[in-house]
Amino acid sequence: MSVNLFAAESETGGLKFPSIENLVEWPAYLFDGTFAEFNKIALISVLSMAIPTVMFLASGRDRVPSGLQNVVEGSVEFIDKQVILPAIGPEGFKFRPLLLSIFMFVFVGNMFEVIPTFQMPLNARMAVPLTLALLVLVVFVTVGIQSQGLGGYLKSSLFPPGLPKGLYLLVTPIEFLSTFLIRPFSLAVRLFANMLAGHILLVTFGVLCIALWRSDFLVVILPFSFGMLVALTGFEIMVSFLQGFVFALLTAVYIGGAMHPHH
Amino acid sequence: MSAIASAASQAIELAVEATPDEQKANAAASSAGFAYGLAAIGPGIGIGYLVGQAVQAMARQPEAAGQVQTTMFLGIAFTEALALIGFVVFILLKFA
Repeated sequence: MSVNLFAAESETGGLKFPSIENLVEWPAYLFDGTFAEFNKIALISVLSMAIPTVMFLASGRDRVPSGLQNVVEGSVEFIDKQVILPAIGPEGFKFRPLLLSIFMFVFVGNMFEVIPTFQMPLNARMAVPLTLALLVLVVFVTVGIQSQGLGGYLKSSLFPPGLPKGLYLLVTPIEFLSTFLIRPFSLAVRLFANMLAGHILLVTFGVLCIALWRSDFLVVILPFSFGMLVALTGFEIMVSFLQGFVFALLTAVYIGGAMHPHH
Repeated sequence: MSAIASAASQAIELAVEATPDEQKANAAASSAGFAYGLAAIGPGIGIGYLVGQAVQAMARQPEAAGQVQTTMFLGIAFTEALALIGFVVFILLKFA
């Protein structure tokens, strides 16, 4: 499958938007057709795992931080102050490695949306956010069972206290759905849809710029279209950061809810 | 209103000539737009109200700004999910 640079040009001369397969599917680099097929998505996921790891290993251990160590310590402090303390409290510091890894992986993976030659957010393929969301589901259920016991966790998550007896017929199925199905689903879909929407938005304005560049008099609109492309690139950098933050924050909120039920 | 009505009648005229598969594709393409548009209304109002109240809270109590901000992002994330599910429905209707 080749990616046509001038997909914007259709036979009739009008603007033709490239199909969704051209936007999110990539040819295999290695092992084509096998289970271990290695394409751009796999490369990006390996990179977004390796880059934070290398950053953390390469940063110094000086008393007075400088350069890379500032970035690394800043990210740890950000997770401590903005994610763990408001959502779990001081006893949540043992989840710092998990939350920091999730934040860095999601954030760096999202940032590939605006890095030239990659131009593809990792999380615009459902497999990645879905795996992360299932991981989060396993983690918060395990934490709940560890801190309250199996019966206690099920009781506190399915039977919220202080309701008339009859209402539990209605409330318990709803609580079950919302805790064990809708939570991971919405966590995955939020990240996926945000990144796919941003990717399609950037592609739309990129395609529009190409089409306007090749047109005769409509080229006067090109500066506006290009300006929107630049502005949206900045917006997408913000969205990348915010989605990583929100994913880590929601993970922390779910863990905190499983740790102490009557919040 | 008349513009929508004339567009709808045009769509019906087009649909009469189309084969069943094309009719289905046309219906999916036009309803995809409606799906996302309708899904964006509620969350739009919700996020606007939420951020407005958060700004008000931060202006009244600047020392609580950090906590308000974190809670605000949490609220935005929950509210936004509805619009994003609408976007996924749009993608499914349009491309799947």
